Amino acid sequence: MNPHDHEDDDGAEASSASITYASDAPPAGGAPSDGAARSALQGRMALAAKGLFPLLLLAGLLAVFVRVGPIGVFRAAFPPIEELTFERIAFPEPGLVRVHLVNGGPEPVTVAQVIVDVAYWEHTVVPDREVGRLDDIVIDIPYPWVDGDPLIVTIVSSTGVTFTQEVAVATQSPQVNRSYVLTFALLGVYVGVIPVFLGLLWLPFLADVSQRWIDFFLSFTVGLLLFLGVDALEGAFALTGQVASAFQGVGLIVLGVVGTPLVIHAVGRVARGDSAITPLGISILIAIGIGLHNLGEGLAIGSSYAVGEVALGTSLVFGFLLHNTTEGLGIVAPLARSRPSYAMLAALGLIAGVPTIFGTWIGGFSYSPTASVLFLAIGAGAIVQVILVLGRSMGSHGREGLRGPLNAAGLVAGLIVMYATGLFVAA
Amino acid sequence: MGDKQDKKRGQAHAGISRRDLLRSGVAGAVGLAAAAGALAGSKPGDAEPKLGGAGGAHAQGLAGANGDVSPDGFDATKFLKTFDYGRVSTLPDGQIQREYEITAVDREIEVAPGVYFAAWTYNGTVPGPTIRCTEGDRLKVNFTNGGSHPHTIHFHGVHAAEMDGVFEIVGPGETFVYEFDATPMGFHLYHCHAIPLKRHVHKGLYGAFIVDPKEGRPEANELLMLMNGFDTNFDGANEVYAVNTVAHHYQRHPIEIEQGELVRVYLGNMTEFDLLNSFHLHGNFFRLYRTGTDLERYEWTDTVMLCQGERAVLEFTYDYPGKYMFHAHQSEFAELGWMGIFDVKPRTLV
Repeated sequence: MNPHDHEDDDGAEASSASITYASDAPPAGGAPSDGAARSALQGRMALAAKGLFPLLLLAGLLAVFVRVGPIGVFRAAFPPIEELTFERIAFPEPGLVRVHLVNGGPEPVTVAQVIVDVAYWEHTVVPDREVGRLDDIVIDIPYPWVDGDPLIVTIVSSTGVTFTQEVAVATQSPQVNRSYVLTFALLGVYVGVIPVFLGLLWLPFLADVSQRWIDFFLSFTVGLLLFLGVDALEGAFALTGQVASAFQGVGLIVLGVVGTPLVIHAVGRVARGDSAITPLGISILIAIGIGLHNLGEGLAIGSSYAVGEVALGTSLVFGFLLHNTTEGLGIVAPLARSRPSYAMLAALGLIAGVPTIFGTWIGGFSYSPTASVLFLAIGAGAIVQVILVLGRSMGSHGREGLRGPLNAAGLVAGLIVMYATGLFVAA
Repeated sequence: MGDKQDKKRGQAHAGISRRDLLRSGVAGAVGLAAAAGALAGSKPGDAEPKLGGAGGAHAQGLAGANGDVSPDGFDATKFLKTFDYGRVSTLPDGQIQREYEITAVDREIEVAPGVYFAAWTYNGTVPGPTIRCTEGDRLKVNFTNGGSHPHTIHFHGVHAAEMDGVFEIVGPGETFVYEFDATPMGFHLYHCHAIPLKRHVHKGLYGAFIVDPKEGRPEANELLMLMNGFDTNFDGANEVYAVNTVAHHYQRHPIEIEQGELVRVYLGNMTEFDLLNSFHLHGNFFRLYRTGTDLERYEWTDTVMLCQGERAVLEFTYDYPGKYMFHAHQSEFAELGWMGIFDVKPRTLV
């Protein structure tokens, strides 16, 4: 896009305002260059008018439509399609079930009754039983839920349409208090921060190997990231079915996967100007990418922990440490020939690891499928950007890039290591 | 209930399936989380109750449909004791004739507070008017189809084939006159027999038809109860169960009866989709007269099970005052609306 046009959008109104004031008082002097400036401004105004004309017509048409109503043929005799989507079913305390719903359908929906485990139950609705489009509500049901049992909630609308959600295991939901905040934070530290820092300790090893082998480990990193990216994307697509249709789960994925790398790229370009990207720059990008991915991972951990779906086991902890420590290796691989300060290394580790903590908080305390899809897609998008940057840098200065036999082997090795450590996790 | 199956289905709630979780190494975090919790000075498990809300909602009587139906609509309390004896005249041969006007109307009805159902009705209500006569009376039913689909009225009883309301389909705007002698005595039903039968019945085209014995039954406080259900989301299963249409109505508005008085319930089953329905009386037993066609009691019981279209006459007397539940003994139906209360008032001393 032409930057000049871009400027015009924002500047048009202010310029036209100032020209009006100027022409209000022409006798008060009148500079010699007045005519030239005026014609330039007139040109920009004309351009703005050309851009705005279709929008004005559209606004007029919409106004008529709202006032007069839709044309008769658009109306149908059958009842409107109603849609309510469950965002979350929480168990804040014994004897209370709290249901969060959003209306993602085209028409308002009125909540008439609530059925819990196939029994009508009294309840309160906040703020209102009539739920407008894109509005959300919270229903409190004083129901004696049983710890460890499944639970089914059905909402009956005024037209008799039902919306049902099952909870596999009812268990007390985490409350925002010191104990849980700390628990989730520690969870994030173990899951995201510690393994990443462990991986950073490979830097001295990398400093002593040849460029050929550094490229091998960079390719290895690409393999790891590719695995994580596809994993995040798969998770995002799997969730789209639970996103209210108005919020367009697939649309969010496109936005996250395509938008994130472009934004990171643009920000990077503005920050460093025309100079080429440094190894440290690449490492920062990788750290951001892994950090965004870990945010999504934290969400998954927090929400699963909150609904009591995660099982315990030493072998799982073992596998998990193996699995995520590789992320740290990925971050330091581009720095093999640099001498980064300890502070910089720590910063990289924090950028990659700390988002996990935020993820567990968000997932644990206010899980929403919509937010999860977006976060997972952003994570996948960030990884796409990192892979592009790594691939390009490895292909420069006479290096072989990812197509070189050793590097290709490195990439596949990265995929295999992720898969193999994943097997440990699933044990 | 298939436990494993349910848990599998329910996992969608967590957003990410257990398999995905394990693969991304998340599950390992939990062992650490437990350790973290211990470090933080409290095990997360401490907060988890073994039984959520023990003694909670049930004790507070919170089960049941929320709110109440509009007072402008169908009054299920009034309906209990509303019997339509028709326009009575005497034929030249001395036979009593009862003439009824019945019109099929499409109407939206409130089947639970705030839940509206696009019903097909006889005279605007579900169930339709309770037709009552004495055995041997001549019945003349002038039927007008004011609905949008072809309908009929099929009366249970002994009558000529062309009066059976099956093959003589009455189109929208058309009329038909059903004429037959009321026999045998007992508690019967009438309903639409146009096809598809299931739809015409579950949309609401049915009612009660009482043929009293010539010698009459003992004086009693008589109540008409038709067990029915509504499939509000058209998935082939009922979302609402009730006697006389409105979910939990007689729970919100207990039926007042008097200690020691004879109560007679005409109980029929017009529930669609479920094979069976039942009636259970608390704190008492009743004399059961199946189909009401015999004056000898069939059984002395507190629970009766009726198939679709079956009916019975129940007689009982309460010895003690207080509130007594009556409901389907299928707990599911009871909690989905088929639940009521008899409020037995102490006998007034004379």
